[in-house]
Amino acid sequence: MADLSFAIEPVYLATVFLFIIALQRMSHPLTARSGIVWAGAAMLIATLVTFFTPNLTNIALIAIAIVVGGGFGYIAARRVSMTHMPQMVAFYNGMGGGAAAGISAVALLGPTTAITASLAVAGGLIGAVSFSGSLIAFLKLQGWMPSRPVTFPGQQPVNMVVLALAIISGIFVVLQPSWVPLSVSMWLPLFFLLALGFGLLMTLPIGGADMPVVISMYNAFTGLAVALDGFSFATPNYAMIIAGIIVGAAGSLLTLHMAKAMNRSLANVFFGAFGATEEQAAQVSGSMKAIEVDDVAILLAYADRVIIAPGYGMAVAQAQQKVKELSDLLGARGVSVKFAIHPVAGRMPGHMNVLLAEAGVAYDHLFDRDEVNPEFPGTDVVLVIGANDVVNPAAHRQGSPLFGMPILDVEQAKNVIVLKRGQGKGFAGIENDLFYRDNTRMLYGDARETVGKLVQALKKL
Amino acid sequence: MIDITAFWIALYIAMLAAFTGYVVISRVPVILHTPLMSGSNFIHGIVLVGAMVALGLATTPLEQAIGFIAVVLGAANVTGGYVVTERILQMFDRSGKKPGKGA
Repeated sequence: MADLSFAIEPVYLATVFLFIIALQRMSHPLTARSGIVWAGAAMLIATLVTFFTPNLTNIALIAIAIVVGGGFGYIAARRVSMTHMPQMVAFYNGMGGGAAAGISAVALLGPTTAITASLAVAGGLIGAVSFSGSLIAFLKLQGWMPSRPVTFPGQQPVNMVVLALAIISGIFVVLQPSWVPLSVSMWLPLFFLLALGFGLLMTLPIGGADMPVVISMYNAFTGLAVALDGFSFATPNYAMIIAGIIVGAAGSLLTLHMAKAMNRSLANVFFGAFGATEEQAAQVSGSMKAIEVDDVAILLAYADRVIIAPGYGMAVAQAQQKVKELSDLLGARGVSVKFAIHPVAGRMPGHMNVLLAEAGVAYDHLFDRDEVNPEFPGTDVVLVIGANDVVNPAAHRQGSPLFGMPILDVEQAKNVIVLKRGQGKGFAGIENDLFYRDNTRMLYGDARETVGKLVQALKKL
Repeated sequence: MIDITAFWIALYIAMLAAFTGYVVISRVPVILHTPLMSGSNFIHGIVLVGAMVALGLATTPLEQAIGFIAVVLGAANVTGGYVVTERILQMFDRSGKKPGKGA
């Protein structure tokens, strides 16, 4: 085989360039796809050229591993539905974290200096936490584990002790002090076990609705771990360092954005076990008033302006196709229809946008909270489909656990129709004042069936 | 193993990369946050090339076993991240070109 090792650095350089271009082109829906296609081609060539790394052995093993992992990743990603996309992102993110931890482990088993060993330990710790944490997030979102926060007495102290022990054993791996009883070959596996354990323990108390924050934070973690591992080779792998740091920056930015959208600190998201306890029965006056499908259809048909506020419940009921049909029918009648998207609706940042785009709703019909909030007072009908906490006016009331969370101010519209399965509470376990307002009517039933009936009723009008 | 100069150069690069990431990503609109996350998930799949080198330079069976797992995981990260991102963006493509139509 010809020696192409001279091509490695130029190809890596071009790859990093195309990664940045890909992210840059994501600033608009129409350019985003071509960017990622170029980045994909670059990644493919970078992988191929890596086979020419000097002194590379185990080539057959590498090829087999790529086929196994790549084949599995490809098939799983092809089959998954858009509703389940968040857990797939969590899953693949965990894979990346695991790979980073593996690189660290191999580096630490070989000869190291104090600098490279410290960086490999840091990368290993973060990568392993991201691996086990992402897998727990995956299991929770997939419904293979209860998505409610799992808590036990003394949970936070226990977690902190596990983290501290992981860091101490990591320090022993680096320094290898002579006074420590066990040898490095004992400390190294212990270090990774503790790191994996911490990722698991840290994610258990976090509930399903907080997953947008968690997934984007673990994404940042994996990026950081990859960057740290870039230092663990004979010559630093600058492609890993730059790509990893950029992802770390992206993930951190999104994490803060999501936490801000819920008006909660990161500490509250990670240590608050939000939603684990029910609020003391809030003082809500009035009663919930039900409405029938035909009445809603008439209300919609003769409205001028309608806003639809979807939540994760719409995705669970797989109602987005019907919702799109409904908005088309109304549009054909000359009704202005807009979609109001709360930043944390769904289980991933922007999840609702993806689900509606999949159903064929044009992205220029989708509006985020800040754009759409001033329009509610002039709106005739708001349809709340499977959303709860993000439209709860309790967020404006001092003393509510939701207080201060920026919400969609749907209660300011003339009529609010809430499509809901039953009378249950939202994820936060908090009564929703909105349901008791005078201008609110409840339309009970499975969202998909209900919207389907609405479509039928509208066609007859 | 890297010497101290190379280490510092890499730190300078890392700092610049952090700024690049911050600037580029601040411009991504909220509606594209899911593909952004999935896309950055794909980009850290560059970990695959590191895993390949780790396995390729591994000498003991233990190192080989860990390296093998790392390459499997890295490859799953790359292909899965790419396919998911591409599928998501495909839908925005369609909904943008033919508003009001589509599947």
